[in-house]
Amino acid sequence: MPLITYRQALNDAFAEELARDENVFLMGEEVAQYNGAYKVTEGLWEKFGSKRVIDTPISEAAFLGMGVGAAMMGLRPVVELMFWSFAYVGFDQIINNAGCIRYMSGGLINVPMVVRGPANGGTNVGATHSHTPENFLANTPGLKVVCPATPYDAKGLMISSIRDNDTVCFMENTLLYGDLGEVPDGAYTIPLGVAEVKREGIDVSLIAHGRAVLTCLAAAEILASEHGIEAEVVDLRSIRPLDEETILNSVAKTHRAVLVDENKPFCGVSSQIAALLAEHAFDDLDAPVLRVTALDAPAIYSMPLEKLQLPDAQAVVAKVLSSF
Amino acid sequence: MARTLSQPLKSNKTTVKKAVGSAVPKVSAPDFSKSPFNVSLKPEEKIAFLREMLRIRRFEQQALKYYNQGIMGGFLHLYIGQESVAVGTASLMNGHDEIITAYRDHGHALAVGMGMNECMAELFGKGTGCSKGKGGSMHFFAPDKHYWGGHGIVAGQTPLGLGLAFAIKYKGIKGCAVAFLGDGAVNQGVFSECLNMAALMELPVVFVIENNGYSMGTSLERSSAIRHSLASRAEGFDVDWSLCSGFDLYELRASLGDVMDKARTQCRPHVLEVSTYRYYGHSVADANAKKYRSPEEIELYKTEHDPITLWQNQLLAEKVITQEEVDKIDAEAKAEAASAAEFGINSPWPSEESIFEDIYHEVDHQTESGRTGRHFFSE
Repeated sequence: MPLITYRQALNDAFAEELARDENVFLMGEEVAQYNGAYKVTEGLWEKFGSKRVIDTPISEAAFLGMGVGAAMMGLRPVVELMFWSFAYVGFDQIINNAGCIRYMSGGLINVPMVVRGPANGGTNVGATHSHTPENFLANTPGLKVVCPATPYDAKGLMISSIRDNDTVCFMENTLLYGDLGEVPDGAYTIPLGVAEVKREGIDVSLIAHGRAVLTCLAAAEILASEHGIEAEVVDLRSIRPLDEETILNSVAKTHRAVLVDENKPFCGVSSQIAALLAEHAFDDLDAPVLRVTALDAPAIYSMPLEKLQLPDAQAVVAKVLSSF
Repeated sequence: MARTLSQPLKSNKTTVKKAVGSAVPKVSAPDFSKSPFNVSLKPEEKIAFLREMLRIRRFEQQALKYYNQGIMGGFLHLYIGQESVAVGTASLMNGHDEIITAYRDHGHALAVGMGMNECMAELFGKGTGCSKGKGGSMHFFAPDKHYWGGHGIVAGQTPLGLGLAFAIKYKGIKGCAVAFLGDGAVNQGVFSECLNMAALMELPVVFVIENNGYSMGTSLERSSAIRHSLASRAEGFDVDWSLCSGFDLYELRASLGDVMDKARTQCRPHVLEVSTYRYYGHSVADANAKKYRSPEEIELYKTEHDPITLWQNQLLAEKVITQEEVDKIDAEAKAEAASAAEFGINSPWPSEESIFEDIYHEVDHQTESGRTGRHFFSE
């Protein structure tokens, strides 16, 4: 299988879906002539032209809403947010319109739209550009939220998201765009709501999504080589719908769970997983459910302190050891 | 730099209503009945407009009765006084046009052909409602009639209207999107974003500002720095704009018909500000409806500028209809509204299971995507 970047995997997904379905179009700030602020859409404007790959002014509320309106009419907009942090100026369009119109119309309308872009901290840009709103969005019935960690998952989940008939909030990560991974040529899909065990283990379940999955994999190597602990790493991949079965099966096997989350701790994604385990894995657990999350403060600018704010492998290792 | 405009810059119509307090100026207007959009109207079409306006008014009066009795809940934003705008617009739709509006949406719904029963049942929150009791007064939809709601957040529908226009152009359809908003909505930032994008992308969209003078309890004079018109803000975005009276159906049709045609054939966006007036409060729950404006002002509009009375008198003068026929149409509208209320009251509540329906298309249709993972997290 070809070894390509996470960025190229997404780009391939767009190229294949643009070619397959004329209702698919890309839209956002700098996606066309500039080739994308993070070059995720590079070359697509040249290949597919201005009708299919569209630059917008800096007007998130208007172009998110325009995407909703176009999707109601049967088009399949893929709307880029240069950062998911910028979604906050268009929240009304995502929550009230993309999220609620199907319900409020009694099922007469659906909004087959993908809203995508990077949602991560750790890039030394301060609080306004470091938000991880997956918990806010997953709190809205009607929206789906996907956070791929690898190039393979990025492509398969993106193709599924574009073909999905509901609005999918697709969260990428600028720190992952350059990561290499094996990705097949041609279209393939990964269903939303299916987690993946990225590493098998028997002693503890590390449960994560997005870049935190890679942190868990690194921690698992340390735990195995230095502490003789075999950690299982569960990659949620999709936050909503959520694959609870894979989570519960893993914890039933390992009897321990450490949740690793670059989202904030209060009402974050890990809070939902903790609630799930409290309700359905109580008898399986040999230790309390523990969490390693982003520190509960706005993302700090200063580089060395910012690194402390996000979960790293050592913090995960320490937390795992504390549960034994 | 801010500039003060003492006169409309390029309004192509002459009737401008003062927002508050004073008598409406008498301005001699052109004879809009001779407009190309009106001159070939058949008598039965003119009568149909009267019928539609009366149906909307009687529907809402019936709803008001039950709301005041506490049988109907929610908010109830009445359109009474503004009926000509929705009816005039619907009469100009060509089968390829799409419309969308805000929360004062009953009139538009009935005007595009939604049934009184389904609309009334929705107000009562019943399972037979147009949105199965899931939307309520502010959220009526009928995509099959090119009607995309019904939206509760002020100006939130305006970029959706842009999206309808985008889809029309993308698909190569010879239609336009008409997006309604109120005078309060022009102050939301997203509307300004929409004007810029409409011009930039050359989208076939007509924004119709139904200016009834008050954004809830705040008069136009207290909410807009430019007071003589709201549509003139379009100037700053290189979007054409104009003003017209919404009290006269001929004028409304002539003005709107023209700009809808321009949108369809030239992909030129337009902002049309329509002067109109609501007799009731912002919603029926608006306790101050007669405090932020005088009872005399309300009375003046009712007696001199009621769009239904004006149209009825016009048709009587044209001898298109007799008073007996008017009375008959009105009686039918009242009976239909009363029957719709009966239907709504007697309809069943939605089932408890329906709470989890109509959220995800993929779940509703039990596709593969709808079956993987947990979608709902209630026990």
